[in-house]
Amino acid sequence: MTEIPEHLLKRAQAAREKAAAESGASEAAAAAPAGGASDEAAADPRIPAHLLERSKARKAQSESSGGGGVAVQEKVASVVTAAPAGGGVPVGAGPGGHTQRLLTVVKSGSIQDVKASPVDKVHTWPHLLAAEFVAALACLSFTFFFSIFVNAPLLEEANINKTPNPSKAPWYFLGLQELLTMFHPMVAGVTIPGVGLVALILAPYIDKNPSNKPEDRKFATSLMTVHLMFWAVLVIIGSFFRGPGFNFTLPWRDGIFFEL
Amino acid sequence: MAKILDDTPKPTVKDRLNKALDDVQGSQAWSSIFRPGSIFRKGYTDSPRNRSYVIMNSVLYHLHPVKVKRHAVKVSYTLCLGGLSFFLFILLTVTGIFLMFFYRPTDVQAWNDISNLQTSVTFGLLVRNMHRWGAHLMVLSVFLHMARVFYHGAYKPPREFNWVIGVVLLMLTLLLSFTGYLLPWDQLALWAVTVGTNMMGYSPVIGTQVRFVLLGGKEIGGDTLLRWYVLHVLMLPFVIVIFMAIHFWRVRKDGGISGPL
Repeated sequence: MTEIPEHLLKRAQAAREKAAAESGASEAAAAAPAGGASDEAAADPRIPAHLLERSKARKAQSESSGGGGVAVQEKVASVVTAAPAGGGVPVGAGPGGHTQRLLTVVKSGSIQDVKASPVDKVHTWPHLLAAEFVAALACLSFTFFFSIFVNAPLLEEANINKTPNPSKAPWYFLGLQELLTMFHPMVAGVTIPGVGLVALILAPYIDKNPSNKPEDRKFATSLMTVHLMFWAVLVIIGSFFRGPGFNFTLPWRDGIFFEL
Repeated sequence: MAKILDDTPKPTVKDRLNKALDDVQGSQAWSSIFRPGSIFRKGYTDSPRNRSYVIMNSVLYHLHPVKVKRHAVKVSYTLCLGGLSFFLFILLTVTGIFLMFFYRPTDVQAWNDISNLQTSVTFGLLVRNMHRWGAHLMVLSVFLHMARVFYHGAYKPPREFNWVIGVVLLMLTLLLSFTGYLLPWDQLALWAVTVGTNMMGYSPVIGTQVRFVLLGGKEIGGDTLLRWYVLHVLMLPFVIVIFMAIHFWRVRKDGGISGPL
């Protein structure tokens, strides 16, 4: 047989003693007459005074506005008080003849720790999937029709001995190529993009501001916009404003030297 | 002899069609394919329970939760950019596999193969166009996705690491595009890659070595083509799929997409 821990035995012993004491008390209470219930209820010590006050105030308010009533202690007492059938206490009735008792008032958060507030959610199907499907279809049809009308470039076969003028990198690297015209290759090709990339990766660890509200993030937003615009402008210049010898040209004057 | 009169009306075409549909949808094969709750299953009705089952009982459950935040389905919030980047990746995979059937990565054959693909293969030109434009679109959409995420402050805790993965994905996308740029082996490809890899050579200490390994020699040639072909069709897609899986998984583990603002 399992050994029952000592502290549990002690606790059980204490509970038994308490129960014995209480049963003695309740026998004494049962001997008392059940009359005068509403008087007793008005001063019922089991219901905290401030709750009674609040419920009374609500009742007065709802009566003046004619709205639905709130069950108030007094009313309950007058309605529920059972007429003593044979002078004795009805079966199942509590002290004062109440069939219901307020046992305890549990404040929210005292037992359950509510961590997450409920979030307004919708079903993925159909709300999200339908949107994704339409977006994918639109993207596919755009690519499809664009491909019907515009052909991908295919110049003559690669020839290592024939350098085209100008020679340009793919468009997303044209910002770098543009930088090469301004700085030492070490700076333009390594330092600037390297710092940019590292800053981009570390952005969440550098930006300690916890808010995601645009009005709280004016500095971060400005910095990113300047960063993005920096590269966008360089790419546009490199793509459209650079001609033979990678010299500056105007696309409307000299034409476009750019293949996608 | 009395004629037995059959009073039941002759089934109309519509009735027959409905019955045929019911028979197909009620068959064992059909219900073995579509799990309970599938919209294609017999007797699907639009109920909250079935809406949950559509996701929970399908392979989509690997990607999407049953419910998402209400603001998350607003197109104006995400502009679908992340999803479109993924869709473009799939489109590029499909068109890319088609192109692989007609392409040999050697300096003698590559350009001719592409040229033949455009002129003699059914839909060859169209598929090549879609592959090329889709690739440019993907670079653009990944880039715009990054800007969107930044402006929404969506990289903040607990999503910091997913941002880092996202930057890696952007780099991988650029590398995929760049390696694919060489494959047509025309003047555009050769010289764009020459310029690009020359920039790489400026990196300190390891620059020349990295360039040598990537080019398979001191200059771009047939070896480079093979190397970049393998990178483009096998290694980089493999790596990017792994990072994408982690990226999507983290989106859900970090509590869905960010916001609302």
